[in-house]
Amino acid sequence: MAVDYQALKNGGFMRQRQKDHFSLRLKVVGGNLTTERLRVISQAADKFGVGRVHLTSRQGVEIPFVKLADVGEIKSFLAQGGVETGVCGARARTVTACQGSEVCPSGCVDTLALAQEFSQRYFGRELPHKFKLGVTGCQNNCLKAEENDLGVKGGYLVAWRVDDCSLCGVCAKACRRGAIKVTEETVHFAAGQCNHCGRCVKSCPTGAWSGRSGYLVSFGGTFGNNIAPGQVLTPLLTELAAVLAAADAALDFFATHGQPKERFRGTIERVGWETLSRLVGERLGSSH
Amino acid sequence: MDQAIESPRAELDITGVTCPMTLVQIKVALEELSPGEVLAIRLNDGEPVENLPRSLKDEGHRVLKLRGNPDGTFQLLVRKGADPA
Repeated sequence: MAVDYQALKNGGFMRQRQKDHFSLRLKVVGGNLTTERLRVISQAADKFGVGRVHLTSRQGVEIPFVKLADVGEIKSFLAQGGVETGVCGARARTVTACQGSEVCPSGCVDTLALAQEFSQRYFGRELPHKFKLGVTGCQNNCLKAEENDLGVKGGYLVAWRVDDCSLCGVCAKACRRGAIKVTEETVHFAAGQCNHCGRCVKSCPTGAWSGRSGYLVSFGGTFGNNIAPGQVLTPLLTELAAVLAAADAALDFFATHGQPKERFRGTIERVGWETLSRLVGERLGSSH
Repeated sequence: MDQAIESPRAELDITGVTCPMTLVQIKVALEELSPGEVLAIRLNDGEPVENLPRSLKDEGHRVLKLRGNPDGTFQLLVRKGADPA
């Protein structure tokens, strides 16, 4: 019987140059693996591979040199240890994330929680072409949000309170956008220049600056054969429900308008940014 | 507080060193002080002035004032926080 390589690829078995050998892609969310799962992966790589793994460019793990004859057995071995296989092809892929606010001092949002939510909702969903989601915790952008078809970047909606301020001047230098001026009497904040990095909040010695966590969502990033950064179409979204509504809109737009072999970016440019923007706006309007 | 700003307990010039020695030297200088005493730090514009106040906050100290010097450097006044238990 002929081998259905496409079906194997869709299920994470990436065909190698070597005949009847596959690099098996595993499911990883937000670059996080328990040591327990790592041990299972380690055992599987020893038993069915050549004793090593490959760390992918999207925080995934692949076990190379798995033989065609072992495809079924390695899957059940991994499943028993709580390790799921990944996906490839025209569908929503691994959701990536930096460490986020639970670990990183710079983080403005809980990136792993959002990555897990995205993964639960979208992972493996069939679409006209591959679809990548990534979540980064702040403007430092370690996770490169705009490379993704749908990228999310954490930020703060900042506010200043005169009562707590000592006019020390730290925030004016911490701000990289020149949005803050401190005089002898007060603080001037040009909200239009703010990029929501939250450096004023994080550096303020008195708590006069406070920040509400929010998300900047970018659409249509692509970083393969064609390179274009995703575009932010809405202001900072401070509700998780709004982020999910915006993401739903993106995937629905792609599913409805996308053509086979066309990346989300191509669909947006062919159908029109304003059409996507309108749909996102409508969904945000009804998410409140 | 005004008096503390005008008469810091000690002074430190870190304009001649770069990260991470900037923070290391500040920490060493603060070691010599008692909680509540003030250190006056002379530091460069750019990374030091943008990032050190936050690092000191995270270490439990209290930044009192950041002001520019005529020569383009900055003066940062920081009050030593309580010793960790």
